Amino acid sequence: MENAGIFGIILGIVIRLWPVWIALAAVLVVVRLYGKRMGLFGQLFDSSIGTAGVLICAFWVFTAIFADVIAPLDPRVQVAIMKNAVPGAIDSGSGMTFLLGGDHLARDVFSRVVYGARIVLTIAPAATLIALLVGSSLGLPAGFFGRRIDAVLSFLANLVLAFPVILLFYLLVTPGIMDTAIPYMMAGILFIIPIIFFCVLFATRYSARPTQMWIYLAITLVVGFWIYAGLVFDADPLRIISIEPNELNIFVAVVFASSPGVFRIVRGLVMDIITRDYVAAAQTRGESPWYIMLWEILPNARGPLIVDVCLRIGYTTILLGTLGFFGLGMGPESPDWGTAIKDGSKVAQIRLYPWQGVVPALALMSLVLGLNLLAFGLSEMYLAWPGSI
Amino acid sequence: MLIFMLRRFGTMVLTMVVVSILVFLLLEINVESVATKVLGPYTSQEQREIWLRENGYFDPAVLRYLRWLGNFVIGDFGDSVRFKVPVADVLWPRLGNTGILGGVALLIASVIGLTLGVLAGMREGGFRDRAASVTAILTTSVPEFASAVFLSVIFVFNLQLLPGTSGMAEGFDPAQLVLPVMVLVIYDWGYIARMTRASMAEVMMTHYIRTAVLKGLPYGQVIRRHALRNALIAPFTVIMLQFPWLLTGVVVVESMFNYKGFGYLLVQAAANNDIDLVLSCGLISVIIVLVTQLISDIGYAFLNPRIRVA
Repeated sequence: MENAGIFGIILGIVIRLWPVWIALAAVLVVVRLYGKRMGLFGQLFDSSIGTAGVLICAFWVFTAIFADVIAPLDPRVQVAIMKNAVPGAIDSGSGMTFLLGGDHLARDVFSRVVYGARIVLTIAPAATLIALLVGSSLGLPAGFFGRRIDAVLSFLANLVLAFPVILLFYLLVTPGIMDTAIPYMMAGILFIIPIIFFCVLFATRYSARPTQMWIYLAITLVVGFWIYAGLVFDADPLRIISIEPNELNIFVAVVFASSPGVFRIVRGLVMDIITRDYVAAAQTRGESPWYIMLWEILPNARGPLIVDVCLRIGYTTILLGTLGFFGLGMGPESPDWGTAIKDGSKVAQIRLYPWQGVVPALALMSLVLGLNLLAFGLSEMYLAWPGSI
Repeated sequence: MLIFMLRRFGTMVLTMVVVSILVFLLLEINVESVATKVLGPYTSQEQREIWLRENGYFDPAVLRYLRWLGNFVIGDFGDSVRFKVPVADVLWPRLGNTGILGGVALLIASVIGLTLGVLAGMREGGFRDRAASVTAILTTSVPEFASAVFLSVIFVFNLQLLPGTSGMAEGFDPAQLVLPVMVLVIYDWGYIARMTRASMAEVMMTHYIRTAVLKGLPYGQVIRRHALRNALIAPFTVIMLQFPWLLTGVVVVESMFNYKGFGYLLVQAAANNDIDLVLSCGLISVIIVLVTQLISDIGYAFLNPRIRVA
């Protein structure tokens, strides 16, 4: 079989990724021109670590967005002759180059890694966002009211945190449990919290202006229950949001596992911020507790929370990889990185076809690295100018 | 202090009980599969039901839970369906093996993390600080399953220096411990280093360090006698709290390298729906996590006389 050679491979990958380079260049140009006026995002480019973080994350985001253009093949397509093909192998029939080789089921590793980015970059940020909302909704009252509420909620959070993560997932992401109502019940409870969060958010802010309040509440409820129906009952009337039962299960388990961490951080931040004068001022004005929590305390806790979200998306990425590694991931057809690493890390594969495990592992590692660098850049900014984030 | 410890202990016991109930209930879902596991797939439905009835699986769940709990407390963990021996016979040796692996990894990670963290925190923002911080970010971005793949490719198959599996088939072999320990250390040292650095940097800003320097003490003595003693209190807590992380890492590493330890046992038990084994493993790992948390809290209060919990 013909081979493109090392330069052919590098050149091929660089060319295939052309939409990503254009998008990255556009980002850099915009930052160079308007960076000073972009506040937080522009400041990130002042440090080399922050720049590197943004660029690596942006690289993967654009790869996920343009996956259809970048990937030469569908991730599920099997080309029998390319089974375990070496990187750069050229299929003599169609003239197609398998840039990073073929896997044990004769699929293109490059295409699968590109499509895998799409899976990771939808599930990890979405799960982190919901975990952030759930954790905040519970952490704010725990830190604010203290006493009984705090004791109960902290106990529950510590309970989940004390569980070994892997065991939690083995218990929650099994085929047997998917036949029961448990995942749907958990999804139903976890996903209703964000809707309540936004309702309370708008209700407290606009209580003096009923028309505006009702408009915002209506929008929240319509959008909220549209997504809710799509996720929990797989009954989105417009068929835009649809999720496989298996994916929902993983999604719920990830949200469940990372909410207590957010809870602890928010609770700690609230207990610190509650001593400030502006909180006392709001209390003297006679503001309701939820107004103070959501509109006085939460905005001032955003710095550490943004940093934590970056780190947490990275951690969720690792978690998804771990799930795939233990065969609890998306299923063998899906181009999920963790599953690919599992398949590629069998002794025979590592010995004979190392690229099958190394390529997805490198992809996962670089995404996590980007997120960690981003978090580091943000935290340095926050330490240098508290309040700037 | 006594009341504080008693209350912590009470919460700990309550957590364990709730955890065991939760695991028990989740395992209830496919309890029938146990009979298939034991009797083999080619048995009739009646045979399985007879077996389940004889072994008390049709008793009410509350009764079975209480029976299990009573036995667990006196050290009888039930029988493993997968290994066909009492759970205790597999559990303790495996836990010992993991103790070796985790202990060595934590020791090395702590030494590296503390040393580099102190060096970095001595002068905040200096070259050493930047270099150590960036290295820490870099290595903590490599999850265990990824670095296990990289290191296997390099050391096992390209350089052929180390064995690729750590089954310890012919007795204990330190060479087989190198790769698992390396993988764990790579992921774990960075966190310790970052916490140590933050703590050290904070101490270096205090007035008593400035006084010591201005008094004309040699710099090394300032660091050793004044800074280190205070800077190492916080990392102690961090190292103790690494246990849950280490446990997850251990599960990945042990499955990857076939190391016969507790983490691998947990995975085998969960994958085979081996109820008694999963329950015991789960509860024991929760106990480990909670006890280390308790030790870390008490140790922190003990080491730092400024904090006295009411």
